[in-house]
Amino acid sequence: MDKVIIANNLSLSYSNDETIINKASFSINSGSFIFITGASGSGKSTLLKSLYGALKPKEGSLIVGGVELHGVSGSKLNFLRKHIGIVFQDYKLVKEWTIEKNIMLPLIINGYEKSITQNQVESLLKHVRLKHQAGKYPMELSGGEQQRVAMARALSHNPILILADEPTGNLDDYSSQLIWNLLEGANTQLKTTVIVVTHHIPEAMGVAYKHFHIEFGSIHEVN
Amino acid sequence: MKSIKNHLSLVIALLSILFSIQIFTIVDRSVIAYKDNLATNYSLVVVSNSALSEKTIIEADERINATIELSPDDVIQRLNTGMSTKNMELLKHTLPKFYKVKLKHYPSPGEIESVTKKLLANQSVTKVENFSQSHDTIYKLLLLFKNVVSLFAVSIFVITTLLIFKELRIWEFKHSERMSIMALFGAPTWLRSAVLFRLAITDALITSAVAFGLFVYMSSSPWILKQFEDIGIHIILFDPLYDFAILAGVAIFLSILLATLIVLGHKEEV
Repeated sequence: MDKVIIANNLSLSYSNDETIINKASFSINSGSFIFITGASGSGKSTLLKSLYGALKPKEGSLIVGGVELHGVSGSKLNFLRKHIGIVFQDYKLVKEWTIEKNIMLPLIINGYEKSITQNQVESLLKHVRLKHQAGKYPMELSGGEQQRVAMARALSHNPILILADEPTGNLDDYSSQLIWNLLEGANTQLKTTVIVVTHHIPEAMGVAYKHFHIEFGSIHEVN
Repeated sequence: MKSIKNHLSLVIALLSILFSIQIFTIVDRSVIAYKDNLATNYSLVVVSNSALSEKTIIEADERINATIELSPDDVIQRLNTGMSTKNMELLKHTLPKFYKVKLKHYPSPGEIESVTKKLLANQSVTKVENFSQSHDTIYKLLLLFKNVVSLFAVSIFVITTLLIFKELRIWEFKHSERMSIMALFGAPTWLRSAVLFRLAITDALITSAVAFGLFVYMSSSPWILKQFEDIGIHIILFDPLYDFAILAGVAIFLSILLATLIVLGHKEEV
């Protein structure tokens, strides 16, 4: 099975501060569903940031989607990010754009034709049950609805990898369940690799998953 | 309303800069025109023991434009108290020669001194009257006027530049979130900053159009035209081609510089 992520002796830190992840080695198969857990401040989000290149490895090697992120150039990083979908706890939607335009963003960046973009956005809005809200702005939606927009945006360009940082952290049970369903659907139907950073794993998961736990700067798989 | 507000702050700041540039240009043109007027009316008087050719005087200094010999007839007429024609002729020949010397441009006090020295270097020249005292007063007044207006224009320029930098901070804050989000999905720098550059160029074009209208109105205003006519200055207040090209160029350059500084200063959130 193809490896979508390979980390070898990976160390991460912010500037010259204390090392947050210390010489971690792990790999993630393409099409798998991964949970990363750990206490607050253990380095879960830091690890996720390194996977989309917002934090460069201090030491060791980190290959994501075939791109070595140690000393990666801006253009290679942009190339990698075009194939990743990211979901944040605080949604990170562009406030001055309608939700339709927010979902379109990765498609525009990837240079899709207007007609394809339009069809894809329509289908995704239907998929996340927000078709009736297409022309609204993020601030006009509830937190759960905004996160569904963020999910639709992450899925719009059929990425090889979805990274989600506490995607249900701010949501009620109903909205959380919708988000888990969307992540499971992406993994089972589109074979997209999904990596979710969370404090707790939902009890009733509809997919097989792997669980990594971070403690004292090291990453280990939980069986 | 929000959209107008987005444009207004930069448009006003840019307009102030264009206004100060054009006012400085008008004052500069006025001073040059006034200097030309003064140069036409200003001349030195050279007194010589013997006749000097026009070539000799002109070659004394490259700033000398022309010379005219002053006829002594008027002086002799005033002395004519029953003198015979023969004595009159004799007196005419013994009187020194007077020459009016015109310069190419209105000289500075230093230039007058230099021209005077060069003319006096000729053995025949006994005196050069340069009317330096009255000339000095006019020249210094002219310089003072130009300096005061320059200072005023520079002050406006500095204040509005500070305003633009303040606007830069607001833009930075307003656009950095969107630029960071776009970067997360792999948008290249040009795409991330496209909105910013579009906004900057739009503001520059709006400012140029407003400045064009304002200066065209000013240059055809009867009241303003009369002020210049009263002091005998005829200048182009606003050249719709040349001046507009400079103003539009400055507005576009400044707004693109502003957008570029934001793009270069933008750091991805970690």
